Amino acid sequence: MKHRALTLACAVTLTGAAWAETAPEAVSYDYGAVAESLSGAPGDPEAGRAVMVSRGLGNCIACHEVTALSDAPFHGEVGPMLDGAADRWTEAELRGIVANAKMMFDGTMMPAFYKTSGYIRPGDAFTGKAATEPLPPLLTAQQIEDVVAYLLTLKE
Amino acid sequence: MKNKMLRSVAVLVAVGLSAPVLADEDADLVINEEIEITVRAPAPDHTENLSEIFSGWVFRSAETQAMQMDDFDNPGMIGVESAMADWAAVDGSEGKSCASCHEDAETSMKGVRAVYPKWNEEAGEVRTLEMQINDCRTTRMGAEEWKWSGDDMVDMTALISSVSRGMPMNVAIDGPARETWEKGKEIYYTRYGQLELACANCHEDNYGNMIRADHLSQGQTNGFPVYRLKTASLNSTHKRFRGCIRDTRAETFAEGSPEFIALDLYVASRGNGLSVEGPSVRN
Ligand code: HEC
Ligand code: HEC
Repeated sequence: MKHRALTLACAVTLTGAAWAETAPEAVSYDYGAVAESLSGAPGDPEAGRAVMVSRGLGNCIACHEVTALSDAPFHGEVGPMLDGAADRWTEAELRGIVANAKMMFDGTMMPAFYKTSGYIRPGDAFTGKAATEPLPPLLTAQQIEDVVAYLLTLKE
Repeated sequence: MKNKMLRSVAVLVAVGLSAPVLADEDADLVINEEIEITVRAPAPDHTENLSEIFSGWVFRSAETQAMQMDDFDNPGMIGVESAMADWAAVDGSEGKSCASCHEDAETSMKGVRAVYPKWNEEAGEVRTLEMQINDCRTTRMGAEEWKWSGDDMVDMTALISSVSRGMPMNVAIDGPARETWEKGKEIYYTRYGQLELACANCHEDNYGNMIRADHLSQGQTNGFPVYRLKTASLNSTHKRFRGCIRDTRAETFAEGSPEFIALDLYVASRGNGLSVEGPSVRN
């Protein structure tokens, strides 16, 4: 968290531009791809790596195998292996897939990580209790950028 | 026996931490070297998207599979024993026990589990075993209802299942049960919660695949009640449904709710042809 705030601060000073985050409802998808950084700042691949393996955050390896993450136990087989993802997809496409994969792959099982409403019986995290929309998105704008930065390192 | 049980749990934990737990997907299940269990069968016609159906037993590790092959190793049988005492115990204002009306459970209850949930003509509703048990308790015995997933209730469903082991699941989905079945089917394919996942996403599209450390089965209910090593207790179908829906970051339905009764019938019908297997052992 602290680390994130620092990165953001640096980015803003470096570019000199006002830092603007795109809200989940305001993201525009172009054939499933999202051109601009959602946080307005660059992503940190190391932070993205942590989001990928953490059960409480992206938990991406629940469904995807990633050779570079083999130090984290248990990779799933539900989605495709992500080795070489950066050779197959552009940065904008990867951002779109992580933010809302349903825009790229119609009806996909992959959850939308940057979406806040439109759910059936939305719950309060894993409590089984009801929650009212809008829900906090599964990942923040910066966490999505971090994951995208990490995915961009997956070259074969 | 306790010692042996503890040991197999320890092995499971050790294996689970170091490498993915391997299932012997080709193994066959014979209980007590006597009861042959059908764990693979052609899918029933109404289960359009599957060609073959499998018991959840097929997807479990060799150690977990083995625990179900002998009643002395199956911790769920402790529940059956405790229900046998309840079966004979007088309770309620009428001075009756289950045995007063049904005599020997082994004979009178044989085949019952295989056809539940079942349409009840008099009540005009689909009833699960839990509902039928509570109806006997209140209207015939003048006793208090048992809680849906209370120990006494789950143990009693274990006893009633155990005497039908090896018989094919055969719930009826036509006639007046059809409407409930349709409702259950709709729930099965609805993508609930913030993860937007339906039962079918995991148990129809991805059975046989790992989802993190879990080896996905078809989510069949022929093995219920299930003794779960993780919680060290016998579990009802509705408790399992609740857990699976909760894991989609959704608001669950209540145990005994009309939604879960409908889902219970629908999921049971997807397993028509597999043997009754409860109480089974799962991780
Ligand atoms: C519940 C399962 C699930 C989870 C969790 C999940 N994904 Fe996916 N993912 C899929 C599936 C299934 C596909 C294939 C798309 C389709 O449906 O055709 C996919 C596709 C992808 C692709 C394109 C793969 C390729 O090379 O073609 C990328 C990249 C990706 N996911 C990244 C992620 C990241 C990053 C996360 C976590 C932040 C994540 N996924 C979490 C199921 C999942
Ligand atoms: C995100 C994935 C996921 C979803 C969605 C899901 N389940 Fe499951 N379910 C699991 C896992 C993991 C297990 C434990 C391993 C196994 O038996 O498949 C399980 C187990 C079960 C079992 C126990 C099977 C046995 O042999 O003991 C049943 C029954 C079941 N699920 C039914 C359902 C129903 C009905 C729904 C929808 C309301 C559902 N599940 C939704 C992941 C899921």
